Amino acid sequence: MDTLLSILRSIHPEVDFELCDTLIDDSILDSLDIIAIISEINAQMDVTIPPEEIVPENFNSAEALWDLIERLEDE
Amino acid sequence: MHQTNVLEYLEPTAARLPDKVAYADETVELTFGQVHRASRAIGTALHRAGVYRKPVAVFMKKSPQTVAAFFGVAYGGCYYVPLDEEMPRFRVELILGTLDAPMMICDEKTEALARSFDFKGEIRLYSDISAGDADDQALADIRARHCDTDPLYVVFTSGSTGMPKGVVANHRSVIDYIETLSEALGFNEQTRFANQTPFYFDACLKELYPTIKFGATTYIVPRKYFMFPVKLVEFLNKYEINTVCWVVSALTIISSLGVLDKQIPKTLHTVAFGSEVFPIKQFDLWKKALPEARFVNLYGPTECTGMCCYYKVDREFALDEVMPVGRPFRNTEILLLNEENKLAAPGEVGEICVRGASLTMGYYRAFEKTGEVFVQNPLNDLYPELIYRTGDLGRFNDRGELVFVSRKDYQVKHMGHRVELGEIEVNVNMLDGIGSACCVFDRERDRLVLYYVGTPEVPELAAALRGRLPRYLVPNAIEKLEKMPLTANGKLDRKALQARAAGNE
Repeated sequence: MDTLLSILRSIHPEVDFELCDTLIDDSILDSLDIIAIISEINAQMDVTIPPEEIVPENFNSAEALWDLIERLEDE
Repeated sequence: MHQTNVLEYLEPTAARLPDKVAYADETVELTFGQVHRASRAIGTALHRAGVYRKPVAVFMKKSPQTVAAFFGVAYGGCYYVPLDEEMPRFRVELILGTLDAPMMICDEKTEALARSFDFKGEIRLYSDISAGDADDQALADIRARHCDTDPLYVVFTSGSTGMPKGVVANHRSVIDYIETLSEALGFNEQTRFANQTPFYFDACLKELYPTIKFGATTYIVPRKYFMFPVKLVEFLNKYEINTVCWVVSALTIISSLGVLDKQIPKTLHTVAFGSEVFPIKQFDLWKKALPEARFVNLYGPTECTGMCCYYKVDREFALDEVMPVGRPFRNTEILLLNEENKLAAPGEVGEICVRGASLTMGYYRAFEKTGEVFVQNPLNDLYPELIYRTGDLGRFNDRGELVFVSRKDYQVKHMGHRVELGEIEVNVNMLDGIGSACCVFDRERDRLVLYYVGTPEVPELAAALRGRLPRYLVPNAIEKLEKMPLTANGKLDRKALQARAAGNE
């Protein structure tokens, strides 16, 4: 989780990712951010997010994203 | 009789196909008949308010109705200025201050925000002014006084001094552009566009005007789908989209995240792209997924209405090659001028300059700025003739195709948007406690990186910039430095920061 939070903070230093659960609903993340997050997760955590998992529900909060990463690691 | 007003696209189409859908999003559909009625009512409302030959700001949520508002402003003999709720307040107020418009059209979603601006004109709701009757005589009188050199819209682009520049386009240049673009790309009544670009840029002309010219249909793609590429492809398939004119990054989000392996846009046959270099690796994924489709690279500055060159992809490219921007549209000529203001020799790099009816009129309330780039053709000393100096450097390859090389100045292309690095720096420097600031562009990763010296911490600065600059101008990374690197003669060392941003300092 710490690695994920540091990835997210490097992209949006002004957001409190431990609290915010409306990253998509409130347009905090844009398409460039999504691409950056996916490629950093791949580079730093060695997890590939497949296209069918790139959906709003998985990106609305750091927690949702963390759940997705754990799920993908188990598979 | 040749066409002199863009509304002459709408009128015969509304008569021929009144019930066909012209513009739609996921919740609203407007037919040509409805667009025609609404826009004539708006034109009449402007007339009754005494607003004529003036700028009218359109501040609405992006929707089919927004397009009807644009045409309504044209019916009133005025010119529209698209603003957007995504634009930060600071920027909207700068633009409104420059415009001095007598009226702003808004909708229920934007009204409260519109009323909070420092705006002296009248604020009217779309739902009110589009529902009234049309005064045939008044609209006919307005039309009778119209010339095709009258302005149609003003769109604002990034300006290096921190002040956005308003590009004024007239009916003639838009008609010239739409005619030659449609001819080159083969649009027709069966064309089904998916619109990606915001309405506050010239890029949306490619869909909005051919739609009324041919009786085609434009579907507006919700912005958030460009984050979720599977949904994006599903949208294209659901509405049987056959033509897209998108910025490259909107296409690469689909290909780079592996979507084309699982799902392809089945009905897509024409893929036009531009405003950025298409990485060949990504392009090849598209070509492989849609082997029968036509791919067209477009190039052109806002100051020449829209696009002025096109290249229909007809061969393979190596991964390190750059796709050419090709040849000018009919009725446009490209002059490549070298530093002596002479035509560049074959293969020699020169500044891309544009000649023809597609030139816009220049910048709004900025005669001096206009005169710097809309200049007398240096090859002609016999009579007045304007060309537009793009500031882009290019060369002709041995096939006679134009190839974009780089910019002359600090302007860059980021996510398909024109960005003046100077505009970002001016806005950073206006904040309290900033000593100095320098923004560089990491072309490799398409990122804007800001370096600064000063008291605010990074999160504070990032939040302040979000309130002043549109999303595409907000740096993707910000780093606070103890001191700025300087060159031997004491100037800010941009190259060092550039290298630092690229990760190889």
